[in-house]
Amino acid sequence: MTREQFRPDDHENDHFLLTTVVGSYPKPKWLHRARDLFEDEDSKFDAGDFEEAKDDAARLITQEHERCGLDVVCDGEMRRNEMVEYFAHRIDGYEFNGPVKVWGHNYFDKPSVVDEVEYGEEWLVSEYEFTSDVATQPVKVPITGPYTLAKWSFNEVYDDEADLAYELAELVNEEIEALVDAGARYIQIDEPALATTPDDHAIVGECLERIVADIPEDVRLGLHVCYGDYSRIYPEILEYPVHEFDIELCNGGYDQLDVFKEPTFTKDLAMGVVDIHAREIETVAEIKGNIKKALEIVPPERLTVSPDCGVKLLPREVAYGKMENMVKAAREIEAELDAGEIDIEPPAPSAGD
Amino acid sequence: MTEIVSTTPGLYPLPDWAKEDLKTLKGNQKEDLISGTEGPEIEEAYEEVRTEFIDAQKAASLDRIVEGQGRWDDMIAHPLVVHDDVETRGIVRYYDNNNFYREPVVKGELSATGDVAAELSAAAEQVADGLQAVLPGPYSLADLATDEYYDDSEEFLAAIADFLAEEAAQFPAVETLFLLEPSLVENAPEEGEDERASEAIDTVANAIDADVVAYPYWGALEEKVYAHVMDADIDALGFDLVSNHDENVYNAQEYGTPDDVALGVVDGQNTLVESPETITERVEWFSEQTPQNDYGRIYATTNTETFYLPVNRFEEKLEALGAVQKAEVKA
Repeated sequence: MTREQFRPDDHENDHFLLTTVVGSYPKPKWLHRARDLFEDEDSKFDAGDFEEAKDDAARLITQEHERCGLDVVCDGEMRRNEMVEYFAHRIDGYEFNGPVKVWGHNYFDKPSVVDEVEYGEEWLVSEYEFTSDVATQPVKVPITGPYTLAKWSFNEVYDDEADLAYELAELVNEEIEALVDAGARYIQIDEPALATTPDDHAIVGECLERIVADIPEDVRLGLHVCYGDYSRIYPEILEYPVHEFDIELCNGGYDQLDVFKEPTFTKDLAMGVVDIHAREIETVAEIKGNIKKALEIVPPERLTVSPDCGVKLLPREVAYGKMENMVKAAREIEAELDAGEIDIEPPAPSAGD
Repeated sequence: MTEIVSTTPGLYPLPDWAKEDLKTLKGNQKEDLISGTEGPEIEEAYEEVRTEFIDAQKAASLDRIVEGQGRWDDMIAHPLVVHDDVETRGIVRYYDNNNFYREPVVKGELSATGDVAAELSAAAEQVADGLQAVLPGPYSLADLATDEYYDDSEEFLAAIADFLAEEAAQFPAVETLFLLEPSLVENAPEEGEDERASEAIDTVANAIDADVVAYPYWGALEEKVYAHVMDADIDALGFDLVSNHDENVYNAQEYGTPDDVALGVVDGQNTLVESPETITERVEWFSEQTPQNDYGRIYATTNTETFYLPVNRFEEKLEALGAVQKAEVKA
């Protein structure tokens, strides 16, 4: 069990629903201003000043997560600009040519792989070390997965995206080893691109085999996927060498919940219980209802409670409110489970599973 | 002797200054996107964009010049989103890409808006000859839209075809019309529907006095669909050789082609820039593989729209296409 290590010493209930986040959190406005100043050539605000601002933001948001009562926290990705760009800037072999359209007037600096990819600058170790120094709770590290890094780049070098993804998987493995050496015990691999091309689930599986090579067994590995047709990747993903799947389900009103019931879900489930695309803060009662839906898939000892996805697009006070209510809801469900007031059984594994 | 004509299917990436300016002028939420009722400041920015697009094509010596479709925020769904009886809803995925458009929902009788014609008329002022119009093919536009007005999908497809035909009838004089039909590959029509998709192309093609190119992409047409599209009254059919050259050449070998073909030989979705020599080789390869066909004209084009690319690589690709060795192509 990789999960029990995250139960707080003073946890009030016998049952323990691990509460955490997916990763990103709204940046304070002043951090955006600081970036603008740093990028303004006429400004005296230099690299050192910008680093200080990012440290301050990371400290602030890590503690904000702890104030919500979350069991496992992170720094809200205060140092990262975007989930592919951030890594591509640190990997040798990538180049940037300018923004490309995602939709309407929303753009993304989609990088090009123009040479063989190699480990360049360190990616996340210093981020992890800083956050775990600041935090009193355990820290989770979200890292963009190799399939998404490959899929959301232009590939000028490798024969196909799979080849590029496998090379990148070796680099992700190297980074995770360094993170583990630095003390990280909870790593979440983000593969949102899997939702857009579900037929490639075997490529993601092969990437994960490379990623987990030589990673100690007590390190908890999660995989986050979101906004897709899960019936096209389930049950195949149960073969993946990870402990936990973090899945967005709230936004769709749990219309895909049944996908995970047949065959029986055999991994730990981190289920989205608040919608990150809705600005209304869900009530504790509403979130409790959502958590109960997760209990139809896994028993409480295999359930992690989290938002659907990164919350960075929400106003900060809304993001905070959702996290706070989510934790309250989890604690109330735990107490009700302790008291035997909840009677939900996930389907038992059948002989065929 | 086969004539090689360099062109593109349009939908260009906005220049970087325009990305910034238009985001500021319009906003970047879904309700801020193009509606057809933009004020003079926004219109002026788009006019400048249009001029830059045309100048870039002239500088690259392309044989056909497109308006560039800078205003098409919703990609090839654009002709519907500016219609009064069409409502735009949430953003939905644009085929298998990490791109999104607003779902157009048809709520009333479709009739021409003249929106695309106005763009082309503005472009015509700057283009003496070789002007090329671009429209979504009727099957693809119907596929991207949601119908809440017509009785069934059959009637809806026919209405979309009539709508596009009315739009095309308002165009100024153009040399060529590209009908972009990715849905014929990506969401292939079923039995019966394939014939209607072909008839729908006919409806649009017959409304305009220009060379009409039906241009499917992201793969090759299924054989039955191919056979039906061959029945349509088109001058040229497209083959996306970048995404799938084998099946495309098989279709051409097995079922023949119209007199003219449009070959997607430059990758519209990758920054690696093909040399003019590579482009020429790809065109020659297709000709050599299909010796039974005697092509009057081969359009050499990017395989897809080009808004996926950063501006620098997009411009380099235009230049490479414009420099394709026309005389040396042995057909």
